Amino acid sequence: MAVLSAAGADAKPLDIGAMVKEAGLAGLIAFGLAFGLVGFETLDVPGGLAINTRFDDVAAVVVLTILGRIAMILLREHRPLLVAVIGLPFSVVLIVSLVFGWWTYFLPFSSAMVGWIVALMAAVFSLRAINALSHGDTVASREQREKTMDRIGARVQTAAKYVGPLLLAFAIILPFLPFADRRILDIGILVVTYIMLGWGLNIVVGLAGLLDLGYVAFYAVGSYSYALLALHLDMGFWVCLPFAGFMAALTGVILGFPVLRLRGDYLAIVTLGFGEIIRVILLNWYEFTGGPDGLSGIPRPTFFGLEFKRFAPEGMDTFHTFFGLEYSPIQRIIFLYYLILVMALITNLFTMRIRRLPVGRAWEALREDEIACRSLGINPRNTKLTAFGIGAMFAGFAGSFFATRQGFISPESFTFIESAIILAVVVLGGMGSQIGVVFAAILLIGLPEIFRDLQQYRMLAFGSAMVLIMIWRPSGLLAHREPTLLLNDGKSKPQETS
Amino acid sequence: MLSAAGIHTFYGNIEALRGVDIDVKQGEIVTLIGANGAGKSTLLMTICGSPRARQGQILFDGVDITSAPTYEIIRMGIAQSPEGRRIFPRMTVLENLQLGSTPIGDDHFDEDVERVFKLFPILKERQEQRGGTLSGGEQQMLAIGRSLMSRPRLLLLDEPSLGLAPLIVKQIFEVIKTINEQEGVTVFLVEQNAYHALRLAHRGYVMANGRILMSGTGQELLANEEIRAAYLEGGH
Repeated sequence: MAVLSAAGADAKPLDIGAMVKEAGLAGLIAFGLAFGLVGFETLDVPGGLAINTRFDDVAAVVVLTILGRIAMILLREHRPLLVAVIGLPFSVVLIVSLVFGWWTYFLPFSSAMVGWIVALMAAVFSLRAINALSHGDTVASREQREKTMDRIGARVQTAAKYVGPLLLAFAIILPFLPFADRRILDIGILVVTYIMLGWGLNIVVGLAGLLDLGYVAFYAVGSYSYALLALHLDMGFWVCLPFAGFMAALTGVILGFPVLRLRGDYLAIVTLGFGEIIRVILLNWYEFTGGPDGLSGIPRPTFFGLEFKRFAPEGMDTFHTFFGLEYSPIQRIIFLYYLILVMALITNLFTMRIRRLPVGRAWEALREDEIACRSLGINPRNTKLTAFGIGAMFAGFAGSFFATRQGFISPESFTFIESAIILAVVVLGGMGSQIGVVFAAILLIGLPEIFRDLQQYRMLAFGSAMVLIMIWRPSGLLAHREPTLLLNDGKSKPQETS
Repeated sequence: MLSAAGIHTFYGNIEALRGVDIDVKQGEIVTLIGANGAGKSTLLMTICGSPRARQGQILFDGVDITSAPTYEIIRMGIAQSPEGRRIFPRMTVLENLQLGSTPIGDDHFDEDVERVFKLFPILKERQEQRGGTLSGGEQQMLAIGRSLMSRPRLLLLDEPSLGLAPLIVKQIFEVIKTINEQEGVTVFLVEQNAYHALRLAHRGYVMANGRILMSGTGQELLANEEIRAAYLEGGH
C-alpha cells in the first residue's frame, strides 16, 4: 500500500453491510473472551469462595470493542471526520471525568485504570483522525514506517554518544536525588542487574548469534559459587567474585562443547535443557546446595573490609563509624547500587573493546555466516566457546552480586522465566545494541516495578508493550549496527567510534 | 604447489568425488570447468578440509593437508572465495576486508586495503556501506578482495561469474589476471562460464560426475570438439 491520497478524495462508498459484519465479528470475539475472563469474579467470603457476576462489564467491553473497530474501519476507509467528531469529545469527557472521579457514571468497571485505557484508545483514534484530516494521508505504508523507524534508530544510535553519558550521569547521581528512596534504589539495582545480564547475554546472542535460552544457569552457578564458598570456607565477596565468574565461564565452556555443531532452533532447545538441568541439580543435591530450602545467611559485601552494620564486631570499624556518618540502612543499599553499576559498566566496556579485537570480530562474523568464517580461517569452535565462556562469566559475576544482595538464594530464583526475560531484554533492545539493552531493561524491568500499584494490569501492560514493539520494530528497538572500523578521510587509519 | 591425488569425498553415502587428481603449479591460473553437480565446488571445499576426503591425499607445498583443520589450511596461505560470495551482509565493506585479514593479523592491514582498493576502485567508494547493500558484482569484488587480504599464495575462486552481467564478468576476469600476473598469486578457478575461464587460464580440467574427464592447456581445451559441443555451444 502506497501513501494514500487525501481523505475522502477518491473514497469508495462505504459498505455498511461489510462494516457491520466486521464490527460484529470483533464484538463477538470480545464477548467470547470477556465472558469468561471478565464476567465472573471469585470473592473471598467467610467459609470459602463465592462467584460474583459482572455482566455489565462484559456488555461495556463488547460495546467499546465494536465502537473501536468501527473507528478503525472508518479510518481505513478515509472517513476520519466522523471519528474525530465523535472520538474527540468522547475522550475529552472521559479524561475530564477520570480526573475528577465522575467516570463511574459512564463506565461500569470497578477500576479507574480501565477507564484510562479506554480514554487513551479513544484519544489515539481521534488524534489519528485529526492527523489524517490535516495531512491528508491516513496510513503511511509499511516500508515507509519501517524506514522512518530505522532512521530514528540510527539517529538514536548516533545520539547515544550523548544519551549514553547522560544516562550514566543520571545513574551516578540517582542515589542523591531527592526522590530516591529505598524503593527507587531497589528498582535501580534490579534494573542495572538486568542491564548487566543483558549485556552479558548480548555477547552470546547479539554478537555471536548463538540463541541461548539457558543463560540463567550461569547466573545460578555464579550465585551458588559465591554462596557456598562464603558459607563453607568463610571467604569474602571480593575474593569469591573472580572465582564465581571463573566457575560460570567454565560451566559455559563445558556446556558449549556438546552444542558446537547445533544451530538456530536446535541450539535453543538444548540450551533450554541445560538451563533446566542446572536448576534441577541445585534442587536435588540436598547435602550440597540445600535443595529447595536454598542457602541463607550469605554474607553481605564489605567496603574494603568495612561492614555495613550498626555495630561493628570486636576490634573492627563499620562503614559509618569509619567515615564519621550517622548509621543508616540506606548506606548499604547505595553501596550495592554502585557496586552493580560498576560491574555493569565493566561488562559494557569489555564488550565495546572486544568488538574491535579479532575475537569480537570473529563473533560477529560467525553470526553472519559460518561457512564464510571457515573460508577465512576463523576457528568456529574456539570462537563459539569463547563467546559462551565470556558471556557466562558475566552472568557469574552478576550471580554472586545477586547472592550477596539477597542474602538468600534458592533454585526458585533461577527458573526459565528469568532466561526468557533476559533474552527479551536483548531481543527487544535490538540484538547486539548496547544502548538498546539499557532501554529495554528500563522498559521491561523498571516500568513493571514502578507500576506495581497497577497490580494485575502490570503484566497486561508488559504483554502489550512486547506485542507493540514486535509489530513496530520486529528487529528490536535499536537494531542499527554501528561499524567498528572507519577510514579517516580516505587515509587508512583504523579509528575508534563509540 | 597444490596436488591432489585419488580424492574420494562423500556426502553421507553419496560419493561426490570419485578419485580426482589435479595439479596446480606455482604462478599458474588453472581452471576447473564442468556442469552443475559435477563436483567442482566439492573439490574446492575438500581442499579446504570441509568436508574431508575419505581417500586420497592433498599436498600443499609438499605438506600433507588432507586431514588438517580448515583454519590451519587457510593459515598456510590458501584463500577461498566461496560459492555464492558469502560476504557478511550487516558489516561494512571495510569490516568485511578486515575479517579477511584474520589469518595474518592486522599488521599489514592498511597496506592490503590499499592494494584491494586499487584492484577494485568501486570498493573504496563503498567502504562504509554495508555488504548487504552492494550490488551482485560489487559483492563478488568484495568477496575476492576479502580473500586477498590474507596475502594468499594460492587463491581458490568458486564461480566468481555466478549471476553477474557479462560486462562485470569481464571486469572480474581482468582482475583475476592482474592478481595472477602482478601479484604472483596462483589461482585455481572453478567456473561454469567455460569460454572466459579457458581463455584466461593456463591450464584447465574438465569434470563430470565426480571425475576428471580431460585436461590440457586452455587453448587446447577451447579447441577441443567435445568441449565445444558440451560446454561452449550447446549450453549446459
